[in-house]
Amino acid sequence: MKFSEAWLREWVSPALDTQALADAITMAGLEVDAVEPVGAIFQGVIVAEVVAKSQHPDADKLNVCQVDDGSGEPVQVVCGAPNVDIGQKVPFARVGAVLPENFKIKKAKLRGVESRGMICSASELGLEEGRSEGIYVLPQDAPVGEDFRTWLQLDDHTIEVDLTPNRGDCLSLRGMAREVGCVTGTQVVEPSIAPVEARHDAQFPVAVSDEERCPRYLGRIIRDVDVTASTPLWMQERLRRSGIRSIDPAVDVTNYVMLELGQPMHAFDLDALKGGIEVRRANADERLTLLDGQEVVLNEDTLVIADQDRALAIAGVMGGEATGVTGETRNLFLEAAYFSPIAVAGKARDFGLHTDASHRFERGVDPEITRPAMERATELLIAIVGGSPGPITEVMQPAHLPRRPDVELRRERLSACLGVRLSDEEIQRIFQSLGMASTAADRSWHVQIPSWRFDVSIEEDLIEEVARIHGYNRLPVRRPQARLGLTTDDEASLPLRHLRRHMVSRGYQEAVTYSFVSPDLQALITPDAVSPALANPISSDMSVMRHSLFPGLIKALMHNLNRQQHRVRLFEAGLVFQGELDELVQTPMFGGLICGSRDVEGWSAHRDSVDFYDLKGDLESLVALGGKADEWTFVAATHPALHPGRSAQLCRDGKVVGWLGALHPGIRAQLDIKPEVYVFEVEQAALTQGAIPQFKPLSRYPEVRRDLAFVVKEEVEIAPLVDAIRSRAGDWLTQWQLFDVYQGKGVDDGDKSVALGLTWQHPSRTLNDEEINQLIADVVEVAQVRFGAKLRS
Amino acid sequence: MDHLPALVNEAKAAIAAAEDAQALDQVRVRFLGKKGEITALLKGLGQLSPEERPAAGERINEAKQALQQELEHRKQVIERSAMQARLEAERIDVTLPGRGEANGGLHPVTKTLERIESLFQHIGFEVAVGPEIEDDFHNFEALNIPAHHPARGMADTFYFDATRLLRTHTSPVQVRTMQSQEPPIRIVCPGRVYRSDSDLTHTPMFHQVEGLLVDEGVSFADLKGTIADFLQAFFERDDLEVRFRPSYFPFTEPSAEVDIQCVMCQGAGCRVCSHSGWLEVMGCGMVHPAVFRHSGVDAERYTGFAFGMGAERLAMLRYGVNDLRLFFDNDLRFLSQFN
Repeated sequence: MKFSEAWLREWVSPALDTQALADAITMAGLEVDAVEPVGAIFQGVIVAEVVAKSQHPDADKLNVCQVDDGSGEPVQVVCGAPNVDIGQKVPFARVGAVLPENFKIKKAKLRGVESRGMICSASELGLEEGRSEGIYVLPQDAPVGEDFRTWLQLDDHTIEVDLTPNRGDCLSLRGMAREVGCVTGTQVVEPSIAPVEARHDAQFPVAVSDEERCPRYLGRIIRDVDVTASTPLWMQERLRRSGIRSIDPAVDVTNYVMLELGQPMHAFDLDALKGGIEVRRANADERLTLLDGQEVVLNEDTLVIADQDRALAIAGVMGGEATGVTGETRNLFLEAAYFSPIAVAGKARDFGLHTDASHRFERGVDPEITRPAMERATELLIAIVGGSPGPITEVMQPAHLPRRPDVELRRERLSACLGVRLSDEEIQRIFQSLGMASTAADRSWHVQIPSWRFDVSIEEDLIEEVARIHGYNRLPVRRPQARLGLTTDDEASLPLRHLRRHMVSRGYQEAVTYSFVSPDLQALITPDAVSPALANPISSDMSVMRHSLFPGLIKALMHNLNRQQHRVRLFEAGLVFQGELDELVQTPMFGGLICGSRDVEGWSAHRDSVDFYDLKGDLESLVALGGKADEWTFVAATHPALHPGRSAQLCRDGKVVGWLGALHPGIRAQLDIKPEVYVFEVEQAALTQGAIPQFKPLSRYPEVRRDLAFVVKEEVEIAPLVDAIRSRAGDWLTQWQLFDVYQGKGVDDGDKSVALGLTWQHPSRTLNDEEINQLIADVVEVAQVRFGAKLRS
Repeated sequence: MDHLPALVNEAKAAIAAAEDAQALDQVRVRFLGKKGEITALLKGLGQLSPEERPAAGERINEAKQALQQELEHRKQVIERSAMQARLEAERIDVTLPGRGEANGGLHPVTKTLERIESLFQHIGFEVAVGPEIEDDFHNFEALNIPAHHPARGMADTFYFDATRLLRTHTSPVQVRTMQSQEPPIRIVCPGRVYRSDSDLTHTPMFHQVEGLLVDEGVSFADLKGTIADFLQAFFERDDLEVRFRPSYFPFTEPSAEVDIQCVMCQGAGCRVCSHSGWLEVMGCGMVHPAVFRHSGVDAERYTGFAFGMGAERLAMLRYGVNDLRLFFDNDLRFLSQFN
């Protein structure tokens, strides 16, 4: 809602300067977005009349004009505007005037002819909005000699208020004035609106078939109008200052009344209407060309204004092209109606429209303002376009008009909610200033809600009104009280913040990537992924929900590689979205990526690039945080995003909970990523589920360590070999180390040497050599039988 | 016997001249060894008369002890200087950088979310989370925003189909919590939210923390106290001015927007606060009875307040970040500034 301060002050004028007024409006809950002067700063501009004009002797495009500026002596001015003419009233900048941007008017000679001043265009005065080229031609009744600023009331501001959707009642000067009067305690003066006497009996029949959605419809014929008359400048200015362009008198007046009283109206060309008005639902696939030229296909949920043949307008949204007022229109049919919010809500959006009318109707228009608005519009219109008004035709179904039942406000509830007991006098005063009649009872007030307050229907709404007018910042401040109860704390579970910090201490930087990704990237990385796609994405590269953290991490990697960041270590925690909508699983994931050198570049660092075991080491340390590292296994498996020989599933208790591996070289090639990249992702639930430590007594007896080196075929996987050895090494095995894996000199081609250190300790006695030797024999046997391992001599 | 003083002097000079442990030991052997010169004097005592013997013996022993002390002392000096020489030789450049992994860091949004969570956890709030793909009921209906309510225009929603959408706020978590838990309820709900908006000051995804307190006797005064405490704690400014402006949210009544005195210019007016001296930082209000009704909470018995704030906005103010979009570029040069 945008309006002129001067206009508002005609209704209500508190003793506050512009800024204080804006602050008061903001603090009432109607947030002022902007306060701007209605015109640029200038001075010394006078209303003048062009009394003579002749061609400049030396310039085709210049005229030499004589201007009457009220000083008695005509002033000679050279003017270049093509539209200047004798008899025009114009804004005239005298010598000494200062125009916007400190442009000073001085005596000048143009091609040898003296010029003392300047005839101004609208744009030269900072008034360009909605005005044509050339000098600004003022209406004939503009008073010669008067200061132009004063005459046009340019010492005014536009106040723009960002209204919340509940306050449709403030979408008019009337509504804003009521609020300002209320919060500043100032009297509001409403303009008096008298019924306009009918000068003939003609009525255009109106029938309403959907009374629920249109419980009140008023129409009136105005005959013999001259719509070529121009809208008075004062009205044009008020419209301009409210952000509305002047079009023609019929449109301007309906807009003006909408701004003034909040009632959207429409003017039809009566001669284009057939039979009578019917307010009905549209037929399926009924077509209508709107005022903006767009043809829309209506449906049975659309309320339309129709005549006997066809739909003429979408009720409360926009009129149709065929029946709009044109320069040829002689007779008008004016409409003022109350359409229920449900009739209009969402309808404009369905057709890609948002109009001043729909904006108001869907928020609620005062059903009691319909008739005053009709009278006001008639009065204003005939003052401009002449014509003779007929009687008002009104179709009303009171049962469907919005009812505002009284609301009870309990004293106890009010003070409990606000934390303070306000005096009866203050509460009465607040209700009165809001136009709410109230009666006090022992324990409560009964409050009548005015017809314009669609947002007040329950006790809490009244509490807010009392709080709002009393002033939120004058209400008490307190700290909530609560019982001190301990909450349980699951010691075995590991908070996500620990996982994050662990990654941070291992050199990873946390990333936050968008949850929606490019379908192309997702298809490249996880071709079989099924995840929901947005119906209305913001762009195609953010249109499907991520099935994995990989695409986002890889995109972030590319961003950094493109900026000369070669060593990248990123992790991210967030949901992934797997499956069709109906079987959707939203799983919290934890993922990461490494790329570039293993060590931070430095004087003692190696230049080696990261490999699989760097990432695996980070993951082993991550999964060990929960204290149950034994439950985790890494199993060779293939994943479309990963190098088939360098990828593994992460399993916890045999269940696959994640993946790690080298990004597939084919994908890297497609994305033009040169270095090797290693990625992982694991379900957060598996990582955060830990264990409470269980103490085992310390043995007082010596431990025995034996180192064994086996030779196996190089394709033998280490983990199963170690597992087999451990399981045969008896209950007293306390530690094991894989301290060497070797291929090369001394080991045959195709073989590898695997060296293990095994440590035994008995809890209650010293182990003897025979026992150890037996255990070693068992271990060697299982390694040989199951893995073909030979003990290396 | 007469040359004992000279011998002692000679021995002392030899001790003082010994440069290392080996030389010192040679001195010891020469004078005090089995065949040493002082030892020889002791052996020669037998040749003296019984009358002379005790006095002479005493003098020789004194001399021997004195030399032993000298030797011990000299030994310590030599060891100390040997240690010093070794330490000197082992000197390294301690100004060289250390070895090993550099620290990574948390995302500034995570830092902010964790800070907010932690402040509320200290006064007994629990952290609650929920799904990001939500249904119309939890995101809108239960929050008193029926279909075609003009408030739906307040949040540009990403839809999947007619009823499923990306949550536009974390309020659905509040609904889910109230449905499953009896009051008193004290929760904060951090998380990603989505709105179909992308320009200089909007990203289609951002983070919110919403809070909810439901109990008997909770008032607007409690809300004001909690919010003011929180904002002053978050910005670590006891004197931070906080003001409450009436506003509208379908799920709270009364509702308020919360402004703080601009933390960039201390209220004097700057570009960040559009020269108003105030910054809008959050919305809040008393839980609307319709929300209680949808969530199965007895609105006569219980009252509650709810609030919500944008994590990126608070992070920008706290850390002085001037471009929202940087949060999601994941540029290491940006991220590492928060390490």
